[in-house]
Amino acid sequence: MATLILTDDETMLQDAARGFLDGAAPVGNLRANREAGRAYDPDLWGEMVRMGWAGVLVSEEQGGSDMGFAAANILSEEMGRSLVASPFLSTAVIAATALRRAGRTAALSAIAAGEATYALAIDEGPKFAPDATSMEAATSGNGFRLTGAKTFVGDGASASRILVLARAQAGLTLFDIEAGRTGVSRDKLDLVDSRDHAAITFDGVEATGEDVVGDVGGGLAALAPALRAGQAALAAELTGLSAGAFEMTAGYLKERKQFGRHIGSFQALQHRAAHLWSEIEVTASTIINAGRVLDATPDEADLAVSLAKARATETANLAVREGVQMHGGIGMTDEFDMGFYMKRARVAAEWLGDYGYHAAVVAKARGMAA
Amino acid sequence: MPDMGQDRHADFRAEIAAWIDENAPASLRNRSFSEDDICWGGKRWVFRSEDQKTWLEACAAKGLTAPTWPEAYGGAGFDRAQDKAFREELDRLQVKKPLDSFGLWMLGPALLAFGTEEQKRHFLPQITRGEIRWCQGYSEPGAGSDLASVQTWAEDKGDHWIVNGSKIWTSYADQADWIFALIRTDRDAPKHKGISFMLIDMESEGVSTKPIRLISGKSPFCETFFDNVRVPKSYGEGLPAIVGEENRGWDVAKHLLTHEREMIGGGGSGLTGGRSVASVLADEGTTDPVILSRAMKLGVDELAMNLTLERYKDMAKQGGVGNASAMLKYYGTELNKARFELLMSAGGSDALAWDGEHGTLAPEWLRTKANSIEGGTSEVMLDILAKRVLELPGQ
Ligand SMILES: Cc1cc2nc3c(=O)[nH]c(=O)nc-3n(C[C@H](O)[C@H](O)[C@H](O)COP(=O)(O)OP(=O)(O)OC[C@H]3O[C@@H](n4cnc5c(N)ncnc54)[C@H](O)[C@@H]3O)c2cc1C
Repeated sequence: MATLILTDDETMLQDAARGFLDGAAPVGNLRANREAGRAYDPDLWGEMVRMGWAGVLVSEEQGGSDMGFAAANILSEEMGRSLVASPFLSTAVIAATALRRAGRTAALSAIAAGEATYALAIDEGPKFAPDATSMEAATSGNGFRLTGAKTFVGDGASASRILVLARAQAGLTLFDIEAGRTGVSRDKLDLVDSRDHAAITFDGVEATGEDVVGDVGGGLAALAPALRAGQAALAAELTGLSAGAFEMTAGYLKERKQFGRHIGSFQALQHRAAHLWSEIEVTASTIINAGRVLDATPDEADLAVSLAKARATETANLAVREGVQMHGGIGMTDEFDMGFYMKRARVAAEWLGDYGYHAAVVAKARGMAA
Repeated sequence: MPDMGQDRHADFRAEIAAWIDENAPASLRNRSFSEDDICWGGKRWVFRSEDQKTWLEACAAKGLTAPTWPEAYGGAGFDRAQDKAFREELDRLQVKKPLDSFGLWMLGPALLAFGTEEQKRHFLPQITRGEIRWCQGYSEPGAGSDLASVQTWAEDKGDHWIVNGSKIWTSYADQADWIFALIRTDRDAPKHKGISFMLIDMESEGVSTKPIRLISGKSPFCETFFDNVRVPKSYGEGLPAIVGEENRGWDVAKHLLTHEREMIGGGGSGLTGGRSVASVLADEGTTDPVILSRAMKLGVDELAMNLTLERYKDMAKQGGVGNASAMLKYYGTELNKARFELLMSAGGSDALAWDGEHGTLAPEWLRTKANSIEGGTSEVMLDILAKRVLELPGQ
């Protein structure tokens, strides 16, 4: 029986990832990217590809490292710790999982080799609601014509390919199309986390049966495993983010002096810090559990994944609020990193389902009619 | 290819389930739960039924009242996976636990860690068979959160001590046969360095108890008085009355507290009166969106906490969790209080009776308020986390 603690291999992976990211991608990179007007550093992504991160969920035949979901979560968590921006989640986790289920080997090879990056275009309104997708995939000859508008597409402006969910006659269907196809237009969204998000419109974009991932009408089924994997990895990112914010905050409590003593010696702050630490610990259990369940029974992981995303969302929210408050004025400055944590936590809270969405999945799984 | 490890556990599980099924009396198999269902054991114990006695004896004979203790001391020598399988099967077959006691939760683990071989062989089997019931004499009127300032004093008289002082909040002292107590044996040493962990027979001349009634209507705890109580230094060959070294009782006390805290922190099973929060809401037909949203949040937190208890057991097996166990106590008890607040809201006026349609919900709700006080308050737990785990600065 797999335990809820890291194996030796996992600890090694975690140490390696942390060592690499501490050197190559400190939080300051995010500011440099913002100033340079780019969503992520392509050289950094190139390094990640070389280390096998892009192929973490791709089988070895397609050039992947095939390390599994728990490993993907570890990488994601480490990236969250220092707010590393990269196409990892959209490409290596979400797209790779969907494409692997559908047996699309060429696309998987491209992902593992770093030749393709993906974005998942699913939201049409301000809240995550895949079932309510209204974008149309009208029948046109032997193929389809995609018409509609997607928003809040993570990595949507930079990705070379797009997985898009649209409603065909037979029901929701998932398509894999290149971003440059005629009729696709992308607008960068300037969101608070300074990362790549886009609004994408599809104006009669032609697609063929070749472009369908899974079955026509089976879009939700094709997407479900990928969503679970993505939600878990995002929860892991948020947990890393919480830990990163907490570390900074605890460090400040030990360093800043007022009234002639360290502010960390005030019991009011000590208790809030200890409470926050407790929340982070409890959430960490749900992350490792989600990885274990995804690796063991990927199709029965809804509860484990939603539990992780719900908890991680709440915990990160507390971590960044306390982080800013306990830093006082400096916490409010753009020059200081805590604000980046707060902004990323807010965006990640909404992406792939917010607290309420996932808490409802948990409630339903526990027999509560919510 | 079959997974050998899994198979072995499957066999074990099937075997233990068959044994439970064969031996557990029908009257002890149902989902209902009340304090009356607990079997505490001890010389004064009046079994609630013949079945309760039979079940205790059957389990004790197989070491199943303390499954993880070594067989030589009355346990079954189970590893963690086996212990978990056993508990899960008990739960699945809806069978009551054969025995619950402070001996099992608190004194046993302390003796296993600090006792002499003779102390273990003498005291532990009496606990697993439910023959001796123990109570915990830690708190005093002037020593609560600041436990190390206990004043109850043992004067050295050569082959025995004379103990004077009083303890308070001693749960079930009036039902207990023996007490494990923190007693000052050196009044000149710094406060942590002059305490011994002493085992005292409650039938000794000069020991008396006075019940204190709780807000939950029950009276499970007492004041305990020691008036010139003579305690022999030894109860026999290799059987000192003190566990661990003289004046080093604080180490034993702390070790025991970590077990107590994990136990209290893990206490909320998510079930009350055998019913989950979800089923209570369904039965009540709750439609209030505020109550429902609180229940959703609680559901998330409960599952996360259960996983955390599992994870901490895995960590403990790998080398220990140390002071971080204070987190389990803090988080688990606050969660349990939140659960009962919610159940009371969901029940409305139905839930207000001492003993009504909702069983004993109201007294249970009141009782949960002690969870974040007994065994160290939530504030003390947060202090421990802040100072020992986060290493935040002192004044
Ligand atoms: C149901 C129940 C059963 C019990 N059973 C037993 C038993 O069997 N044996 C036994 O020995 N004891 C038992 N106790 C006693 C229990 O351990 C004590 O009540 C507990 O340790 C708190 O001590 P106190 O009551 O003196 O409160 P105090 O220590 O006086 O605390 C009062 C308040 O002050 C706060 N406080 C105290 N110090 C600090 C600080 N440094 N910083 C911030 N806040 C602080 C506390 O958190 C609390 O809110 C039991 C208690 C209860 C309620």
